[in-house]
Amino acid sequence: MIELRGIERTFVVGDQPVHALRGVDETVRAGEYVSLMGPSGSGKSTLLNVLGCLDRPTAGTYTLDGREVQHLDDAELTAVRRHTIGFVFQFFHLVPRLTAAQNVELPMVFAGVPREERAARTADALAAVALTDRAHHKPEQLSGGQRQRVAIARAIIMRPRLLLADEPTGNLDSTSGRHVIELLEELNAGGLTLVVVTHDPGVARRAERVVVLADGRVVERVRGSELADALAAVHAR
Amino acid sequence: MTSADAFGFSTRALLAHRLRSSLSLLGMAIGVAAVVILTALGEGARRYVVGEFASIGTNLLIVVPGKTQTAGALPGIGGTPHDLTLLDAAAVARLPGVQRVAPLAMGTETVANRERKRQVAVMGATADMAPVRRLHVERGQFLPPLELGRGAPMAVLGLNVARELFPGEDPIGQVIRVGSWRMKVIGVLAHRGMQLGVDMDEVVVVPVETAMRLFDRRSLFRLIVEARSRRELPSVQPLVVAKLAARHGEEDVTVLTQQAVLSSFDRILRALTLAVGAIAGISLGVAGLLIMNVMLVSVAERTNEIGLLKALGVEGAQVRVVFLLEAALLSLAGAVAGLFLGWVGVLVLQHLFPKLPSTTPVWAAAASLAIALVTGVVFGVLPAGRASRLDPVLALGRR
Repeated sequence: MIELRGIERTFVVGDQPVHALRGVDETVRAGEYVSLMGPSGSGKSTLLNVLGCLDRPTAGTYTLDGREVQHLDDAELTAVRRHTIGFVFQFFHLVPRLTAAQNVELPMVFAGVPREERAARTADALAAVALTDRAHHKPEQLSGGQRQRVAIARAIIMRPRLLLADEPTGNLDSTSGRHVIELLEELNAGGLTLVVVTHDPGVARRAERVVVLADGRVVERVRGSELADALAAVHAR
Repeated sequence: MTSADAFGFSTRALLAHRLRSSLSLLGMAIGVAAVVILTALGEGARRYVVGEFASIGTNLLIVVPGKTQTAGALPGIGGTPHDLTLLDAAAVARLPGVQRVAPLAMGTETVANRERKRQVAVMGATADMAPVRRLHVERGQFLPPLELGRGAPMAVLGLNVARELFPGEDPIGQVIRVGSWRMKVIGVLAHRGMQLGVDMDEVVVVPVETAMRLFDRRSLFRLIVEARSRRELPSVQPLVVAKLAARHGEEDVTVLTQQAVLSSFDRILRALTLAVGAIAGISLGVAGLLIMNVMLVSVAERTNEIGLLKALGVEGAQVRVVFLLEAALLSLAGAVAGLFLGWVGVLVLQHLFPKLPSTTPVWAAAASLAIALVTGVVFGVLPAGRASRLDPVLALGRR
């Protein structure tokens, strides 16, 4: 599904080049469940942006679903995001003036999906996240966990192959967080490739595989169940 | 994305900020209302003047003693013209194509019914004055036809003069004093209002011979010549000039056509309306700036939302369309509100100045609507462009 070869990403801050990613090689199989860990500044957010086709690597090749995407222009990247990738964010990013159903429907509106089909798919997606009864509530009328579930329904409404979740539980209490993770895992069980960026070792170790980044490099790859508490402690420094 | 979807998305975005949206469209509304009201006022003035002229017929020639030597000089200034006499009038009346000739003498005199006195305009006229100037009597009769060169001590009163000199009385058959002359009232004019610069409700009409003797004048003030039809007007005009030149030995009169005076007034007032409308139109540009400001605030505030849209795979062009549509909807709503406001304003205007036929010309309403829409969109280009170019990573990163 994802193949990264020698990915580098350099920003220029002032006059100084900052190497956010220094040669990342990584492969994620279709249907795999991977956690991405690392301290602040380790480059995991940059890597997530590259994976999500929101940012282009400075060097290296990124093959997504069999297609090299590092040289695509903005319009092509937009199309890739639209059809292949779903995003879940720490701060939900729901449009406050739209109802839950309208938020879920949003990607289809801009993708030109016919109105009747939209209604049916929205209803299905809301049912999948158990929010059918909240369809006509505005985000402000929903709890944090409910908001994140709306965001997940929105992320999968275009039937992507890859779901990228950036600290999906970062803003939730532990119960809602667990429900959200379970929901993501359910989707993964259905065949969706899942990459979760997290600070929380408790969340990270649920993945099949944990990739640990530091200073723009992959420093550790372990099975989720083997994620050492010690490593978690290092990461959390 | 269908247009209905884009429309729905933009409308909801505007409705989410009702106060801000309505304040910015208020600017547009005031601009459009100003155009509507001011052009209505200008158009009202134009129609009023045109109507004034039309009310006395358009197949008239007005003969004024004195020749305009150069452009800009007024008739009667420069040279000592021959008198324009009643014999001249009679000669002109015999010309082919001439229907009637109404000689006119004018002056101001004190008119009194016992102790009630008023200073009024006194018109010396003949029986033909009534059909030429479309005058009607409310009571009694107009001047009867008199033999050439004969006066008679009789007067027809304007409506207001009659009311003031004879409050609650029938003036017909009563005797009034005009200067030192005693005259019998034979009729009262029906309401007419302003005509050729004279308020016909405020005059006293006496036979032209009588008036000339009263004011001790030998020359008439005007000759009003009515052609048989408007088509014959161009051919009658040189005949009149030639006839009077032959009688006076030189060309010493000025002949104005009603049409020429009318069309120059029409042009001036149209230009005035256009100028006033254009000045009001400037406010539409200001309103456009207001909309741009609001749209820039909106883009800044919705940075997160724009980043999200881009992450969801929404194209930059689509983001641009949505924001342009918001600007267009704002200005359109403002323009429609302005048309309504202007309509109300014109109604008030019509109530305050009932004599002025104030109506907004269709071109002015259409132009203000179009200008409002165009300014809204033009001033929406910058904010919409800014929105469409936002980098999704940076836009999403901002909290």
